[in-house]
Amino acid sequence: MRIAEKFKQLRAKKEGALIAYICAGDPTPEATKEYVTALVRGGADIIELGLPFSDPVADGPTIQAGIQRALDGGMTPDIYFKMVGSLRLHIPLVVMTYYNLIFKRGLEKFAKDCAASGMSGIIVPDLPPEESDELQQACKKNDIDLIYLVAPTTTGSRMNRILVEGKGFIYLVARLGVTGARSDVAVSTRELIQRVKTDTPKAVGFGISNGKQAARMIEDGADGVIVGSAFVDIIASGKDVMERLEALARELKEGVRR
Amino acid sequence: MKQELRSKFGKYGGQFVPEVLMPALEELTEQYDKYKDDPVFNEELNYYLRDFAGRPSPLYHAKRLSEEYGVKIYLKREDLVHGGAHKLNNTLGQTLLARYMGKKRIIAETGAGQHGTACAMSGAAFGIRTEVYMGARDMVRQRMNVYRMELMGSKVIPVKSGSQTLKDAINEAMRDWVANVETTHYLIGSVVGPHPFPTIVRDFQSVIGKEVRMQIMEKEGRFPDSIVACTGGGSNAMGIFHPFIDDDVDLFAVEAGGSGMKATDKEALHSATLCAGEDGVLHGMRTKVLQNKYGQILESSSIAAGLDYAGVGPELAYLADIGRIKPRNSMDSEALDAFHDLCRFEGIIPALESSHAVAYVKKTANTGELGDLVVINISGRGDKDLETVMGMRK
Ligand SMILES: Cc1ncc(COP(=O)(O)O)c(C=O)c1O
Repeated sequence: MRIAEKFKQLRAKKEGALIAYICAGDPTPEATKEYVTALVRGGADIIELGLPFSDPVADGPTIQAGIQRALDGGMTPDIYFKMVGSLRLHIPLVVMTYYNLIFKRGLEKFAKDCAASGMSGIIVPDLPPEESDELQQACKKNDIDLIYLVAPTTTGSRMNRILVEGKGFIYLVARLGVTGARSDVAVSTRELIQRVKTDTPKAVGFGISNGKQAARMIEDGADGVIVGSAFVDIIASGKDVMERLEALARELKEGVRR
Repeated sequence: MKQELRSKFGKYGGQFVPEVLMPALEELTEQYDKYKDDPVFNEELNYYLRDFAGRPSPLYHAKRLSEEYGVKIYLKREDLVHGGAHKLNNTLGQTLLARYMGKKRIIAETGAGQHGTACAMSGAAFGIRTEVYMGARDMVRQRMNVYRMELMGSKVIPVKSGSQTLKDAINEAMRDWVANVETTHYLIGSVVGPHPFPTIVRDFQSVIGKEVRMQIMEKEGRFPDSIVACTGGGSNAMGIFHPFIDDDVDLFAVEAGGSGMKATDKEALHSATLCAGEDGVLHGMRTKVLQNKYGQILESSSIAAGLDYAGVGPELAYLADIGRIKPRNSMDSEALDAFHDLCRFEGIIPALESSHAVAYVKKTANTGELGDLVVINISGRGDKDLETVMGMRK
């Protein structure tokens, strides 16, 4: 399913989107498939599935640890695409990974593999628009949305370029810093949401971990929230993982259901 | 007309960083462009290079080593720069730049601790708060440098992620920068990272090559046939090479061959990125990278902590591709041999990093590849390596 279509459905229902991130292969590829179904049961609207890279500079300790568990569990891009291809979800699925894995596979091939395995979008946290022309082309050819990030520091002509070129949704980075669950969400987030003027859906990530925070984001004008570390924390604990993933997804979905 | 700073060297370089950092890189590029030819900035920098760092460093005719190796050898004595390595040239420049830019805090990564030590020195001299990320494993290997940094008022932050070495310290410093970009300058220690760092560090290190140009003309009345420098990230190499780029001088970049030019899909037994790396993207730059077939970065290895890095500066990757520099490597054992040669024949204890350059001259002097007149960059002194060397003798 295309991301735009999903947001259209949600808008009609006056709901915000819950975009749930976990790292593929954490701790095994089989576990990931089950965890994804738990998140979907809990109400996730879009699944963002991390493809683990050895040097994840945009991630905090929680997701770093998840990536390490996935790599130790033997996850590779080949296994990733095979696993994703067998998921058969009825909601959009996007891959989140670092540029070197895409570059090394070949931009064309990577985009083609995404399309062939039923994915809808790509998020690359270390690829600013200035360096993304070639991947953008490969994505267009294969009907894949290249999703851009906007940070609190993004302004002026760079902001405009991202809003023009961004596909699927615009990923708003809630605060300066790396991924990681926070009890507080920066005040500046509201200002950022309002500063990003576009018809493309806006989803806020980095730091959101509970239903209350998620509700705040939607109140402040976001079309969706992205939650990762809070889910990865549950996986790390190894305790009642399925139940707790589903319960947290449900809580977050309640939050965004304005 | 002023030449605009290039963000790419051929296909290498660029800015592969999180969106949060892009405005900071833009600002840094602008500010560097503004100050690099500013007379006041340069006068202040030159003052510190002379009276604090002790520049110019001598170009020394190593007579006994020349005789032993069979080629006329000059040593560029960066080991005599304050702190014991070329690293201070860059940290003085960047710390001063950070001060002109109004930054309140400096962060850095360090492997061996040489760059961290140089940061601590600059930070103390300019009164700017300095914090250094260092792999927990490196902190054990190089504890004297940890203590040195702390003595000079810097905070050393242990990095416990990944392999707990230089690569992970860079990751962690970048994460800190992402969170504190508005007040903090990230002082990268080599010609690596996103644009404009490779250019900035090269320019600040070029003082080495500029001095050599004058010194060798004075002593020999001509340029050398070849210049040999060890290469980790590549800052001492670019520093001595860059002023000679357009001259008829052969430039040899000697990497760490470790215990052999082999690799698994997790780790390499060496750190010879120009020799064995493949096109990739790491730490904000497109360059040659030690990686497996999927693009996962390998753990590198070398007896010299300062060369132990899976990437290399993008300009070196470019110059290697077009054949302007010659990538070579020396093994751990060859570097150790050369280390002892320089100690015994010249009374100079070189850094293990620099010993790789000496080792390459030793093994090729009689092939004629280097010509008759060679300059070796002795990028640092070996006091920091004594424990390692003593351990090898047992
Ligand atoms: C003495 C010395 N030489 C060389 C290096 C390698 O760095 P680069 O290749 O940037 O000169 C280091 C790094 O720590 C060093 O301490």
